Amino acid sequence: MLTHAIFFYFFSLITIFSTLMVITSRNTIHSVFFLILDFISVGCLFIMVGAEFLGMIILIVYVGAVAVLFLFVVMMLNVSEQKQSWFIGKKSTHIPSGLIVSILIFLELLVVISGWKYKSNIVTSSILVIDENISNTHAIGRVLYTDYILYFQISGIILLLSMIGAILLTYRKREGVKKQSYITQISREPSTSIELKKVEFNKGVKIDD
Amino acid sequence: MIDIGLGHYLTLGAIVFFLGVVGIFLNRKNVIVILMSVELILLAVNINLISFSIFTQDIVGQIFTMIILTVAAAEAAIGLAIIVIFYRQKGSIRVEDIHGMKG
Repeated sequence: MLTHAIFFYFFSLITIFSTLMVITSRNTIHSVFFLILDFISVGCLFIMVGAEFLGMIILIVYVGAVAVLFLFVVMMLNVSEQKQSWFIGKKSTHIPSGLIVSILIFLELLVVISGWKYKSNIVTSSILVIDENISNTHAIGRVLYTDYILYFQISGIILLLSMIGAILLTYRKREGVKKQSYITQISREPSTSIELKKVEFNKGVKIDD
Repeated sequence: MIDIGLGHYLTLGAIVFFLGVVGIFLNRKNVIVILMSVELILLAVNINLISFSIFTQDIVGQIFTMIILTVAAAEAAIGLAIIVIFYRQKGSIRVEDIHGMKG
């Protein structure tokens, strides 16, 4: 129990610190690096609490794909340099109201969490109870491909749509790029592509005109 | 303090959620940081779902965490594509420069 507490405080302090650094650091590259640290520490928390499959998925999807995508875009757009810090600079009118809204959200969440303690007992679901004998991945797989197959396929469609959308958004036609044209290749005929020439003696024929 | 329960994980999720919302509002930099804050908010939701799933002994929370993860990845891809085409047209993605809709 003590070990659990020590590891929980370790990883959650790292999480909170790196979250703070993500939103306050001046360089966007540093923000992305702290985002990666944040994902890794949350993944460690998931593994520690017993959801090891989701912890590994967090590591693979977030750190391996999303954060690297962010890093790639930051490097490609050359926007990492930031002249002014976020708390000085031009006056912004939406910062106080934004702070009030976010502090209110935080207080509401704290009220919900502290009210949770006065609930008598946690209602457990009667159908999908975690079986202690099988592993976490096995339990997820047994439920995901049977009862929740519709959600699984819908998430696949979401991924497909986002892929098509991203490609369509960033696609552009450039001038002066030589491309293969299948239509003109297929629609060639012997009458247009072969030409018979009468070659005169001692003169040769000029083909590339 | 020593006995780590559901409340500790929910508090961590609340703090991360709060910092994500603050990051959206306080941002003076570029739009990429706003997208990262949205990712942080989704991560806080994931922390909540996972901790409820573990402490109530119910596997459904982990299934929905996977679906939220899918949506987060899709949203990051689409958002970054929009940022790339915006940068291509305007040459800047600073928050102050984005006022095309006069909002």
